[in-house]
Parts: sequence; structure tokens; C-alpha cells
Amino acid sequence: MKVTLPAVRIVVAVKHVPDIQAERTLRDDGRLARDGGDGTLNEVDENAVEAALQLAEAAGGAEVVALTMGPDDAVDAARRALQMGADSAVHVLDEAAAGSDALGTAHVLAAAVRRVAADGVPVDLVVTGMAATDGLTSLVPAALAAELALPALTLASQVSLDGDRVTVRRELDHAVETLRAPLPALVSVSDSANEARYPNFAGIMAARKKPVTVWSLADLGVDPSEVGAGGARTRVLAAAPRPARTDRVLVTDTGDAGVQLAAYLVERKLV
Amino acid sequence: MTVLVLLDHADDGTLRPSAGELVALAARVSDEAPEGVWVGAAPLPGSGPAGLARVHRVAVAHDEHLAQTVTDALSAVLDATGAAVLLLDSTFENKDVAARLGVARGAGVVTDADALALVDGTVVAGKTVLAGTWTTRVEVVAPLAVVLVKSGSSDAADLAGEAPQVVEHTAAEAPGAGRVEVVERVERAATGRPDLASAAVVVVGGRGTDGDFGPLEELADVLGAAIGATRVATDEGWIAREAQVGQTGVTVAPRLYVGAGVSGAVHHRGGMQSAGTIVAVNSDPDAPIFEIADFGVVGDLFQVLPQASAELRRLRG
Repeated sequence: MKVTLPAVRIVVAVKHVPDIQAERTLRDDGRLARDGGDGTLNEVDENAVEAALQLAEAAGGAEVVALTMGPDDAVDAARRALQMGADSAVHVLDEAAAGSDALGTAHVLAAAVRRVAADGVPVDLVVTGMAATDGLTSLVPAALAAELALPALTLASQVSLDGDRVTVRRELDHAVETLRAPLPALVSVSDSANEARYPNFAGIMAARKKPVTVWSLADLGVDPSEVGAGGARTRVLAAAPRPARTDRVLVTDTGDAGVQLAAYLVERKLV
Repeated sequence: MTVLVLLDHADDGTLRPSAGELVALAARVSDEAPEGVWVGAAPLPGSGPAGLARVHRVAVAHDEHLAQTVTDALSAVLDATGAAVLLLDSTFENKDVAARLGVARGAGVVTDADALALVDGTVVAGKTVLAGTWTTRVEVVAPLAVVLVKSGSSDAADLAGEAPQVVEHTAAEAPGAGRVEVVERVERAATGRPDLASAAVVVVGGRGTDGDFGPLEELADVLGAAIGATRVATDEGWIAREAQVGQTGVTVAPRLYVGAGVSGAVHHRGGMQSAGTIVAVNSDPDAPIFEIADFGVVGDLFQVLPQASAELRRLRG
């Protein structure tokens, strides 16, 4: 018989990324410099945490586990989720996982989700953001679902639980869709899914007492050769900052800027 | 080397413009004519697509819009052809497909590529990263390369021509735990403007429009442009969500970008910074978009845009 307490168990995957407002650079090996000290919870992951919390609240007494992977600093992303209201956190911390591509990341996260489930209550729902602002591949949600053999409802702008089914609405370039799947399932949310709550003082204080479990790849039974830079199926050959734009023009309108703009477009053969 | 191209199409069988670009790109990088993959029951365009050696049409048992269905269909064709390179348009739907192929077949995946080459049988893709501020070249080191190519990265092949040979396939049904069900799907009607993601010219409105896109529509008519918007403008409900240009919306890389009343928040810049020429009109001289604009006008868009539209019409006679 299925264990029924808590009613629903949700894992929300979160990522610590360099602040997009700060200067971001690639290292010589093409990997992102993650040691700038100005990292933050990936913006859309705030919406993912919010969605998980709202679904948990609606289900009445559900448990939300925040899951992250990355170097020491990455635990800040999980802490933020705890401050917002998640119940516990898991941090996959292993030097051998550094440099994983999106598929390697999904492989590790899947092992962690399985481990969370193996420790007790089954996981009903995995929630993620639709993209991380560093790599911006949007591959991890669907790859994670495939690793876990879960149905994936991606890019949700609305999400609701109805008994043992989850329903999302999503807006694509060419269509608007409503999709439904039985639990367990994975949902990725867009930044229009909700307004993420801001942690209040009580939440920040409470988060200090919430457990953060640290797992290595060995704890998860992941073969280190399959992940990390060595296991990546893509390799950056060259990386360079884009040259600054030169020959730039700035005019203040004194009545004829529209005419000047038209002349500029014609002269540059842009029309 | 055989390059497979997924032929994205509307429900009535109309090819997406990106399909022609992918066919042209595939033809350029390989010495063999590319082969297309057509998923589902929509009718193949009668007069093409040209330039393809063959089209693999795959019958599917489930809704053809689902990533799992498309993945199973592509797997069937990959099995049958042994192809090592697959090109997809870089849409969010196709990213789900590519991710699934990565897991199911060990493929190496590159998203948002803007260039492609085969170097001694190895796939090397170009892409810009970190909000368009860095350019990279990425090599795929797996036996199967799945490359998602940004629309607008390549000129389109002329898709009119003799219809290629059609090879029929049936996708094996992947053993499913729970399956996704399409409760409702409404395809958007054509707007009469080019596709935002692939348009050569894009006119974008932000907070400064205060909800009035009239002057932008007029300029877009003159320029043959697509219309986009910032997140503020879509959040305000001034324009549909799919018009949002930015890191979590549509990424555009047009030849000409015109931003009107757009401040240039980093979110937005991440979706447009690779544009060839950036024009900005904003009443705030401190707007960050002026830091990247090739031609910036500090002024009232409701004055500047109509004047520019009128002058362009006059110059063209």
C-alpha cells in the first residue's frame, strides 16, 4: 500500500548561477567562471520553488525538498529555497561533477531524486525552472524526466494538481497547449507561472534549522567517468568576448531625429 | 555524411521557414544531400521540400506535438539510416526532443547554434553565450550529434522544386510509465508578419510605449518587420506573451533590431544582443540600451517613429 503521509512529495531542482547583472566570463577551457562571489539563485528557479510551495499548500501538508548540485557556494541556492519555505535540502557536492554538460547534470540530479525517494516516501512531482541563465540550454528538465522515465510537462505558465494528475498550460511560438499527465511527473515552469514570494524574517530564521544533506557521486552510485568535464559530450574549442560595437551614433531629438534615423537605415542598406 | 533535418510544419502541412534554412545549412556542410524527417499525418507540401535526397515520413501512435512522440519518430529514422548528425530548429519544443535523444541515444547536444561545420567528420557548432557577450565554438564528441540551430542563422533553401522520394517508417512505441495527454492545443493564426524568431528585421516595444504599439506597427509595416516586446509589455498585457524577446522568451538575432521605449534590461539584452545593427529610441538618456545601440535617439518614440516611417516611405517614393 502506498504511504500517504505526507500527501504529496515534491522535489524542486534549483541552481546557483552567476548574477546576470554582473560581468560574466568564460575561462580558458570554455567553462563559466563560477568563483566571482556574486552568485544567486537562478531567477526562474524562484518561480519553480514558488510553484512547488503553492502546489504543496494546495495539496495540504506536502513536503518540498530543494535539490541542487554544484560547488560549495551552490548551497546558497538551496538555502534560498529553504528560506522561501522548502522543508529540506539536498546538495550534491563532488569535484568530479564539475564541468558536467546539461545531460551529465540531469544524470546526477536523477540519481539524487532516486536517492531521495529511496530514503522514504516516493517522489510524486519534480519541479524545475525552464532554463538557467548561465548555460541557457533548457535541456535539463526534459533530460531529467527521461532519466527518471517520468512524463514531462515543460514551460508551464500555469500548473495545477488534481488528485493524482497534474495539468499545465503552456504558450509556445506557434500554439497554446493544455497538457495533463499522471503522477509521478516532472514540470518545468516559465517566469510567468507566478510571482515568487520574498523570504520574510521568520522564513530566514526557520531556514537555519532546516536540514541540508550533502551527497557525493559515490553516495548516489554515479560513475564519475559518465559526468563532469570528462563525461561531457560537447567540448568548447574556443571562446572569446564579442568585440565591442564601434562607430556608434547617439543623437538627441531636436525635431528631425526620425529623418536622421531613416537616413541612417538607408545609408547602411538596412531597408 | 548523411545529415538529417527535422521538418517542422504547421498542422496543415505548411513548412516553417526554419525548415528551409536547416536544409540549406545541411546541404552546405556535407557533400551528401540532406534527408528530411516528417513526423505525423499532415500532408507533405506538394512541390517539395526540394534539395533533400529523401524524406522519411514517420507514422506515430500518439499526439505528434509531444516531445516523446517526436523523439520516438526520430529514433526510428536514426535506426534506419544510421545518420550521425541531426539538425533541429532551436525551439523550446525541440530542445525537449534533443534532451530526450541525449538520454535515450547518448547524443551530444548543442543548443542555439548559429554556425555549423563538419571538420574531419566531427560536428563543430558556433554559438554565442552569456547574453550575446561571448562567442564560442563547440565540438560534439559523441557518435550522434544533435544540433539545434537558431532560425535566421542561414539563408533558406528554395523549397519549391521536385518532391523527393518518400520513405515510410513507423515509430516504435516507447514503453511508457505515465504519458502526457494533450487536453487542448490551439495553433496560433498567422499574423501576416514574419516569424519573430527568424525575422530579418524586428521592431520591439517596451514600457515607453505605454501600451500603444501603433507607431511600432507602422514602422514594422514599412520595414517588413516582426513585432516583439519586453517582459514589461507582455506582463502588462499590452501584447501577447509569445512576443516577448529575452532570455526566457524568444531569442532574436535579426539584421536590424529597433527598440522603442525599451530600457535594455539585461534580461532583454540576453535575447537580442546578437542583432546585426541595434537602433534604440528612448526618452531616458540613461537607458542601458544606449550602451549597446549602434544608432541611439534620445527622444519621444511617438514623434521619432512616425517621422522615420514617413521619411522611409518618401525616400522609397
